[in-house]
Amino acid sequence: MSIPPPGSDSPALELREVAKSFGAVVALSSGSLALRKNSIHALVGENGAGKSTLVKIIAGLYQRDSGDLLLEGDSVDFKSTAESKGAGIAVIYQEPTLFPDLSVTENIFMGRQPTNRFGRIDRKAMRAEAVGLFERLGVRIDPDRPAEGLSIADQQIIEIAKAISLDAKVLVMDEPTAALSGVEVDRLFAVARSLRDEGRALLFISHRFDEVFDLCDTITVMRDGAYISTDPTTAVTVDEIVRRMVGRDVTELFPKQETTIGPTVLEVRGLTQPGVFHDISFDLHSGEILGLAGLVGAGRSEVVRAVFGVDRYQSGSVSIKGRPVPPNSPTAAMNLGIALVPEDRRKQGLVLESSVARNTTMAIRRQLSKLGILTSGAENGSARIWDSRLEVKTNALDTEAGTLSGGNQQKVVLAKWLATNPTVLIIDEPTRGIDVGTKSEVHRLLSELAGQGMAILMISSELPEVLGMADRVLVMREGRITAEIPREDATAESVMFAATHAEEHVS
Amino acid sequence: MTTATATPNPTPNPQAAPAKAARVYKDYGQPLWRRILFTRETAIIGLLALVVIVSLITVKGFSQPVTLGYLLLDIMPILLIALPMTLVMITGEIDLSVASVVGLSSATLGLLNQAGVDIGVAAIICLVVGALGGALNGFLVTVVGLPSLAVTIGTLALYRGLAVGLLGTTAVTDWPKFWTDLAKAKIGGTTIPVVVILFLVLAIVFAVLLHFTPFGRGIYAIGLSSEAASFSGVHVNRTKFILFVLTGTVSALAGIYYTLRFGSARGDNATGLELQVIAAVVLGGVSVFGGRGALHGVIAGVLLIGVLSSALRLVNVTSDVINIITGVLLVLSVVAASFLAWVRKKRIGPGGKKHGGPIAAKA
Repeated sequence: MSIPPPGSDSPALELREVAKSFGAVVALSSGSLALRKNSIHALVGENGAGKSTLVKIIAGLYQRDSGDLLLEGDSVDFKSTAESKGAGIAVIYQEPTLFPDLSVTENIFMGRQPTNRFGRIDRKAMRAEAVGLFERLGVRIDPDRPAEGLSIADQQIIEIAKAISLDAKVLVMDEPTAALSGVEVDRLFAVARSLRDEGRALLFISHRFDEVFDLCDTITVMRDGAYISTDPTTAVTVDEIVRRMVGRDVTELFPKQETTIGPTVLEVRGLTQPGVFHDISFDLHSGEILGLAGLVGAGRSEVVRAVFGVDRYQSGSVSIKGRPVPPNSPTAAMNLGIALVPEDRRKQGLVLESSVARNTTMAIRRQLSKLGILTSGAENGSARIWDSRLEVKTNALDTEAGTLSGGNQQKVVLAKWLATNPTVLIIDEPTRGIDVGTKSEVHRLLSELAGQGMAILMISSELPEVLGMADRVLVMREGRITAEIPREDATAESVMFAATHAEEHVS
Repeated sequence: MTTATATPNPTPNPQAAPAKAARVYKDYGQPLWRRILFTRETAIIGLLALVVIVSLITVKGFSQPVTLGYLLLDIMPILLIALPMTLVMITGEIDLSVASVVGLSSATLGLLNQAGVDIGVAAIICLVVGALGGALNGFLVTVVGLPSLAVTIGTLALYRGLAVGLLGTTAVTDWPKFWTDLAKAKIGGTTIPVVVILFLVLAIVFAVLLHFTPFGRGIYAIGLSSEAASFSGVHVNRTKFILFVLTGTVSALAGIYYTLRFGSARGDNATGLELQVIAAVVLGGVSVFGGRGALHGVIAGVLLIGVLSSALRLVNVTSDVINIITGVLLVLSVVAASFLAWVRKKRIGPGGKKHGGPIAAKA
């Protein structure tokens, strides 16, 4: 293995103004990044800033629409993950995917097992090399055990071992520490540093600033799918980075109506599901939009799913206007006036292969039936009213919901739930993946509904949306509520700090 | 019908959305004849008509009324069981134990008849046994969470074992004449069996349940996306459980009919019938992945297989060859369905924008 001279100036991997769109949604408008040898480079940004898209382009999973991708100064074009791997790039994901029934050794050498002179797999050589790799990484993993049951930390180490055995020059780690304990993080960092010292270039994506500043020498900030800045970590502060991550004018986009906050309608007390969320308590008032902020994976969606009764919870209680909501029954929650517009519109919100009319009337199909008989006429009549209220753009009511654009699909989901005339509207990522025009329509609608006295609980990973819409913000981190911030005190910085548990930096 | 545009709703709730010109939606994107003509069900019904016409012209003896009578008697158990099976398969599940429930019901009826129990009472007990068998399937699938394919392969063996165990290798052949006559009785002066009335009543009940009730909407939603269904308040597990109980009950009913028609209760009655039922349901246009299918297609599917084998038998084709022909037909129908879906996708184009109306403002 040839080790390039330390401090060599040509970047191991460089992206210049790379762009990628999915239909009308721009995931990455101008991503730039230069990874140098002997360096651990951090990439930070809000949810949806385009980090994952960038990584997937590096990994060969997506193909860029425009821009340059340079490997050691040469322009390259990865059409598949195999090409990216072949060029010496290894990507380690948050949750690696190993073959559970194969041994650790077999997983490392999957698809390129060494053979002896009879063409048979040379198990001895394979095992010896695996042992050698683990020694080099300074970890103790039994090479003969099956991958099934290994901790995520160990699985990541195996992925790293695989990368080294392939002599990968560039290692990308996408939120590797999210599921690791403190000791495991230390071990991973030790491995990462030794890889850096061998002359490799590492990219580290994380939301945890303490880790970023501890491990990385360079930090790149992205926002709204575009490159913002790159600095040595010694030259910037956490506050500075957070400001760059969120910095944009938010007040003008969201014309929030003044509302009068009414009495409490939804009371959640001590909701706990071990390992998912803990001791979640909050009140929601009529006429109020309560924002639930936090990073992806903080447990926000899980909480509202439990409140609505789709998921189970171990202890705690939910009540609406003083009446208890029985656990684990969406129907009971619906009858008590709760509506949930779920996070995943395509899987949870809609039956894609069913018609617009049937989707719109799905939640009120019992009310629409007469003497137990439900006709298409009744469904179409109701769907016509609700879809036109929300200005769903569709030709006919029997159009398959899956053929509508994302924004119109979201409107159908909203129509479906507003048709139930809810007291409490829970809406999970109201504008994810929908175009700008529809986005502001949805915001105006939510604001108006609150103005009429509806209680709205809004989960959003987009800080401007939370800050612009919410009367009050709850912040969750790792399954717990870490802050409750009234509208006047809610700033991008205060919410982001609570979400990343970096309160100690607030001065 | 083509321009079924109802009056634009003039009451855009001023609270819910700013009052603009209300949109106009058509009920259907395609004219009526297209919606009726280009379906799987219509294709099967057309094929059925074709086979009937060709048989009437070319097969000697097919046009005799007695042929129709025997045909209906023969396929009656399949017709009956196909009704609930359609609903089960539209949810994406399957019940392979139906023929064993027929056997179990038959054996139970025989045993009770031997013991001198009135047939009316015994029949009710058989229906309860069938319902319990279906409930066990439903319990294992919905509460324990096992795949229905595995569960009902297991109960297929279990119920058949119980049936044979109850009666041993003997057959009960001594039945009150009233009941065996009833099973073969004809309506008035025709050759159409009385039992057809029972089937028609059940067919209407199941068709209404599947196509005109909130419960039926839930069945389709479960088959297309069980996650979205449960997020919309559909009781996914309760629905499946009810359907398994219904399947068990109707299978037991088919078992009673089968026993009385042949005047013979045996534990091994109707062995292998489950595959004929499932073949007919799939031929009738029900997707094995769930979410698609209609009852009239399934009934046409059962009749098609019945008519085809009846006609072929009349021209002395052996049953092996008949099996081959129905097998080929089944495979072709599944291939044709996938092919049609592929063609439709191609026509609509990527993203399906063609029927999706104007695309929302591009960002």
